[in-house]
Amino acid sequence: MGQFLHEFFSPLDFIRAVPQVWAGFKLNLQLMIVAEALVLPLALIVAVVRGLPGRIAIPFRAAAIVYADVFRGTPLILVLLMVEGFATLNFVGLSAETLFRNGLIALVLVYTAYVSEVYRAGIESVHPSQRMAARSLGLSYMQTMRYVVLPQAIRRVVPPLLNDFIGLQKDTALVTIIGVTEAVAQAGFYSSDYLNDAAYAVAAVFFIFLTIPLARFTDSIIKNRERRERAQAV
Amino acid sequence: MSTNGHFVSLHGVTKSFGELEVLHGIDLEVGEHQVICLIGASGSGKSTLLRCINLLEQVDEGTIVVDGETVTGTKVDVNKLRQKIGIVFQSYNLFPHMTVLQNVTLAPRKALGISRDKAEAHARALLRQIGLEDKADEFPDRLSGGQQQRVAIVRALATGPKLMLLDEITSALDPQLIGEVLELVRELAGSGMTMILATHEMAFAREVANKVCFLDDGVICEEGTPEQIFSAPTQERTREFLARVLEGGRL
Repeated sequence: MGQFLHEFFSPLDFIRAVPQVWAGFKLNLQLMIVAEALVLPLALIVAVVRGLPGRIAIPFRAAAIVYADVFRGTPLILVLLMVEGFATLNFVGLSAETLFRNGLIALVLVYTAYVSEVYRAGIESVHPSQRMAARSLGLSYMQTMRYVVLPQAIRRVVPPLLNDFIGLQKDTALVTIIGVTEAVAQAGFYSSDYLNDAAYAVAAVFFIFLTIPLARFTDSIIKNRERRERAQAV
Repeated sequence: MSTNGHFVSLHGVTKSFGELEVLHGIDLEVGEHQVICLIGASGSGKSTLLRCINLLEQVDEGTIVVDGETVTGTKVDVNKLRQKIGIVFQSYNLFPHMTVLQNVTLAPRKALGISRDKAEAHARALLRQIGLEDKADEFPDRLSGGQQQRVAIVRALATGPKLMLLDEITSALDPQLIGEVLELVRELAGSGMTMILATHEMAFAREVANKVCFLDDGVICEEGTPEQIFSAPTQERTREFLARVLEGGRL
């Protein structure tokens, strides 16, 4: 036990590692914010394309399905290595910027596929009679989508979206594998410099403190909705 | 007015869902300002017929002409057509994420391109007529069923349709709320709106209809004035249906 505490929680190392891990963690924060800002709209586009009606849309629907299947099924770590490999073979130079960009691309590819399924579930949960009512008023397919279906669908999927966002936050740690010097990489440097693993514990604490507020926020949204819907049912 | 003097004409309309043929050759003529009531058991094809008229369902065979335009042809602008035809459903189908005012102004603003101010002024005027102006900023789930259905009627009227299709609009309502909805339909009929309504309210059909059509198993089994249909039906099936309804105490 003493061995364990010393290894991960020795006060000296813990405090000394904070600035270094924090420097890396800022990259995780950037990755997560930029990735989420891209994933939310892109995934919505994929989900809407996947639901397009008619024969003309068949190739687009097929492309959306293949994309979602492939990137939901491939482990993120593989996608990271493939994006990295592709970039290394095709571009000159490996600056911190290109590494960051490669990590970002892989995260966006994988999470867009995940999140598009969340949106799709939301879209399908809107009762067909809502579309029928909108179409019967003379609204086009796209207007019906935009003003009637999507507002209801998105409100319903906010909790699972936040859940995926928490997953994305944690998965930003995986970009360490392609050499982005984020929190986990910095913790690794610290641990080999000082032969002490407290820096890993520091990184873990950072991630936990980032996800807890979001998890509670998700809980409260779900609880509020349940309360509201129960009130309606009475 | 179409050339043959009818506002809506259906000829030989058939519609199947997979193996199930729901409509087998419907012929129906509706003059301008007429009110037509479709009666018949559940599953007789009343709702499907109404949905075919505004192309929510595609007909398999036959033609439907509305206001001189053959709507069953190719090259029909369905969105334009539907702005001329209002439909109200049994389950109201108001948009739950929008206020009453937003529900009513959505189609005028987005489908017709009317400015927000104009659309809202018009919507408030319509809501005032039905005594619900004070509910304009409420969400639908705050309203009673009867109020919701009246808002749904006003929403359908907001695009200025020339034809209203009412699909069993009182069937989901508590008995004490049916009156207010029927009162609104009565006013609409009085204002000269052309209407086709599927209904189980026989007394109401008798009162407002110019013509009553009894649908049975996907065909119009008998049609005539309310007097003819309710007092002297000639078809055995019509008599049986009315007898069953009478037992249920609805006439």
